[in-house]
Amino acid sequence: MPAIPLAKAPQPSLTDPAQIRNFCIIAHIDHGKSTLADRMLGITEVVEQRNMRAQYLDRMDIERERGITIKSQAVRLPWRSGLDNQEYILNMIDTPGHVDFTYEVSRSLAACEGAVLLVDCAQGIEAQTLANLYLAMENNLTIIPVLNKIDLPAAQPEKFAEELAKLIGCEPEDCLRVSGKTGAGVTELLDQIVRQIPAPVGDANAATRALIFDSVYDTYRGVVTYVRVIDGHLSTRDQIQMFSTGVRHEMLEVGVISPEPVVSKGLGVGEVGYVITGVKDVRQSRVGDTITTYNNPAKVALAGYKDPRPMVFSGLFPIDGADFPLLREALDKLQLNDAALVYEPESSAALGFGFRCGFLGLLHMEIVRERLERESNLTLISTAPNVVYTVTTGDGTILTVTNPSEYPEGKIEKVEEPIVRATVLAPSEFIGTIMELCQERRGVLLGMDYLSEDRVEIRYTLPLAEIVFDFFDQLKSRTRGYASLDYEPIGEAEGDLVKVDILLQGEKVDAFSAIVHKDKAYTYGTMMTGKLRELIPRQQFEIPIQAAIGGRIIARESIRAIRKDVLAKCYGGDISRKRKLLEKQKEGKKRMKMVGRVEVPQEAFVAALTTDADIDKAKAKAKERE
Amino acid sequence: MSTLAFYVHIPYCVRRCGYCDFNTYTPAELSISGDLSATSRSYIDLLLREIEFARETSTASVVPTIFFGGGTPTLMEAADLGRVISTIGSHFELDPDAEVTTEANPDTVTKEKLAQLREAGFNRISFGMQSAVPHVLQALDRTHNPENVFKATTWAREVGFKEVSVDLIYGTAGESTCDWEVSVDTALALPITHISAYALIVENGTKLEAQVKRGEVIMPDDDQTADKYLLADEKFTAAGFNWYELSNWAKPGSESRHNLAYWNGDNWWGAGAGAHSHIDGRRFWNVKHPAAYSQKVLESGNPMHEQEILTLEEARSEEIMLQIRLATGLDRAALSGDEQGSLSGFLSDGFLDGEAWARGAVVLSKTGRLIADRIVREILL
Repeated sequence: MPAIPLAKAPQPSLTDPAQIRNFCIIAHIDHGKSTLADRMLGITEVVEQRNMRAQYLDRMDIERERGITIKSQAVRLPWRSGLDNQEYILNMIDTPGHVDFTYEVSRSLAACEGAVLLVDCAQGIEAQTLANLYLAMENNLTIIPVLNKIDLPAAQPEKFAEELAKLIGCEPEDCLRVSGKTGAGVTELLDQIVRQIPAPVGDANAATRALIFDSVYDTYRGVVTYVRVIDGHLSTRDQIQMFSTGVRHEMLEVGVISPEPVVSKGLGVGEVGYVITGVKDVRQSRVGDTITTYNNPAKVALAGYKDPRPMVFSGLFPIDGADFPLLREALDKLQLNDAALVYEPESSAALGFGFRCGFLGLLHMEIVRERLERESNLTLISTAPNVVYTVTTGDGTILTVTNPSEYPEGKIEKVEEPIVRATVLAPSEFIGTIMELCQERRGVLLGMDYLSEDRVEIRYTLPLAEIVFDFFDQLKSRTRGYASLDYEPIGEAEGDLVKVDILLQGEKVDAFSAIVHKDKAYTYGTMMTGKLRELIPRQQFEIPIQAAIGGRIIARESIRAIRKDVLAKCYGGDISRKRKLLEKQKEGKKRMKMVGRVEVPQEAFVAALTTDADIDKAKAKAKERE
Repeated sequence: MSTLAFYVHIPYCVRRCGYCDFNTYTPAELSISGDLSATSRSYIDLLLREIEFARETSTASVVPTIFFGGGTPTLMEAADLGRVISTIGSHFELDPDAEVTTEANPDTVTKEKLAQLREAGFNRISFGMQSAVPHVLQALDRTHNPENVFKATTWAREVGFKEVSVDLIYGTAGESTCDWEVSVDTALALPITHISAYALIVENGTKLEAQVKRGEVIMPDDDQTADKYLLADEKFTAAGFNWYELSNWAKPGSESRHNLAYWNGDNWWGAGAGAHSHIDGRRFWNVKHPAAYSQKVLESGNPMHEQEILTLEEARSEEIMLQIRLATGLDRAALSGDEQGSLSGFLSDGFLDGEAWARGAVVLSKTGRLIADRIVREILL
């Protein structure tokens, strides 16, 4: 039996680096990473059969429901190799699987010597996986190509083995074939991890340096920081110091995850585990930072530390204005566990008090919003997401604009916007469709490569703003779900951009202002005025709805005045009924926001800022109200 | 001396019209074979018992108005209706000048019947004319020949009814503005003193509502209905009928005093199945079904189903909601500064009568009457 009882396995802090293998699994959502991880926990017997549950390592409900891993985690797996019958310690470092978390992925990779490239052999490699693979190759990781789900009837292992071989420069027969579901090939995979991935190398006598590759807030313990020791040794006796902040912390606990926390005396070279220092906020223990000891600090930090930089901004407003303090609390709480989340109070004439929030990307934004709503029981309106613009005004002032309302009036010298390098992987039949979409979105073709006979990698530069605006949905729908997308920021470029304002009865509605390309201004204007005409109930006066660039009107609609709003008959028996109806209508009126003299229902804001399905709902309500 | 108006509900009709949600029952619905006469007579006995109960409960003495509605009160024998009037008169003090009204179906009255009604004590009659246009009447499930209305009103005057009113309905599916104009003109050619004109309301639970939901009937656009209101108001006014409540116009002095009692928040007793009463800030209403009504009256004389005691705020809401519908309007001083302020937009847009405003009253203009509910919501929020 290749599993080793935990008590008899090499102990943390005392493990010889030669016995250690640190690896991660690179895979796309749905390609079965969590199932394979579950299977490894089972085969190495760190989790007893009766305690096993699906997606054991994914802690948050949202992760489990969406089938994606947001936060990585490291599990220590003792293993006796079937090849040499020696004892080893495998540290499996789970990596986030989404483009928004590329930086976190890169830090997880930096903690490993090898990576399992896991590909669903019914679907083939996806763009994000490819991006992470390239990242792993840049980090000089040993790649073990693995085809998963070989038990599926639709599996095409030969085809995708060719594809993987071509990508990483190996032979197709080097690709392992496994099924996380049935367990087939998983034992062999564990043995190959031992055989192929190099043991960590470090100087045990040098000043301590440990890489933070994850940092998680726990209600009871405070921040739990996941580290990989590069040089030296971490022990509970030490006082530690963060390189980026210089702040000193007491070490309260050191341990490993197996897969529940196990306290240890310390962590030696090459080992992976956690430290607890009593810090209450993940921003004080940042991913990518280097931990050293206070008494014998290292001179040079580990390379690659970056502050997470928000790329996408959106306003979040509580539907019920009274929930503003609750939203603030919820954001404060969330930030304890999310160093990338930034926010500041914002007040909108139309939506009241809320927060301008910065996110790493669209998925990050969705996750944050969903967690706020779910964990704090809030109902939120989010404004259309936008990117960060650098605006140079006529008099040479340079402004950073994260909110259309900050866009300066008057003469603008130039506007720069973030540009990304996007990679799309798709069956070759969709090349035309994808190119058409990218051209519409101001893309510039960089190149195209065939991964296999019928699969192609297309590379474009695109303004991030174009991706933020429903690009992914469009890509998915136009390619029947077959295309995958990855992108990375590559800088800024000047764009022909304008701010479009939406006016109701001549009053600007800040929530609907948008910074768009000049060629798209008219489309945005007509779309928004058209939507609002449908969404705003008729009132006793005519309501002109206009879209404008500065003082120039580019689109207009109008809502006719309502002329009849009275129940004709009101005799003895009608009075109570009529009064009760009036009281009900008063409640509805409370949920109206005033824009000048115009009453705009909450649902209209929500719907105008979201999808068609919501618009139908709001329309139905508006009609009830008329 | 405090007064108590009486409303008497007769919950029977020969057939039910598609738009009607009143508390009324056809012989088929009540599983009665043959005519309604036996049922009617026993129902009248119950009414008399309830009037006795009202006497025991109320401290009022003078009855200024009595109004028989339905249903179809004229399905009853005039003498039976007369028994109700005289019972009210014997338990209370019927004002010598009392207004005593019945609703009537122009199809089923004869000159003889009208004379009997006069004799029974009625001095005001209100005919359900609805429309003068056959296809509109048909859409409303009304069967009468428009000619009958002319006959009925003429006879009513001949037998000595001082006050004769007709009810009109506009906004029926398929009714053109021309159709409506014909109805208005026809009504104005009748020997009448009062007109009520109601925009058709699609009430919950009616056959009409089901037809609208299924898309079989398409209701006219509200803008057209608004135009019809303005057209009627103009013609009625020109013919000497003054607007005095949102949907009511009268020759000077011919306003319905009974209906004004509702709108002015006076006290009234509603007798009969499902009838509503209001006494000093307490609203109560009887059980709806005639059988349940019968059982309750026979048990205790008290057929009340439920009641509500109005809070001061509710009472004020009602007062604003009702009085704003009247030509006399609301006293501006009854509104707070904020409430008055909330009306400034309506005033400047011409929805309120500027002259009236200047002299301290909130009175709706013609266009304002059409959005009265919206204006009330603005005041009360």
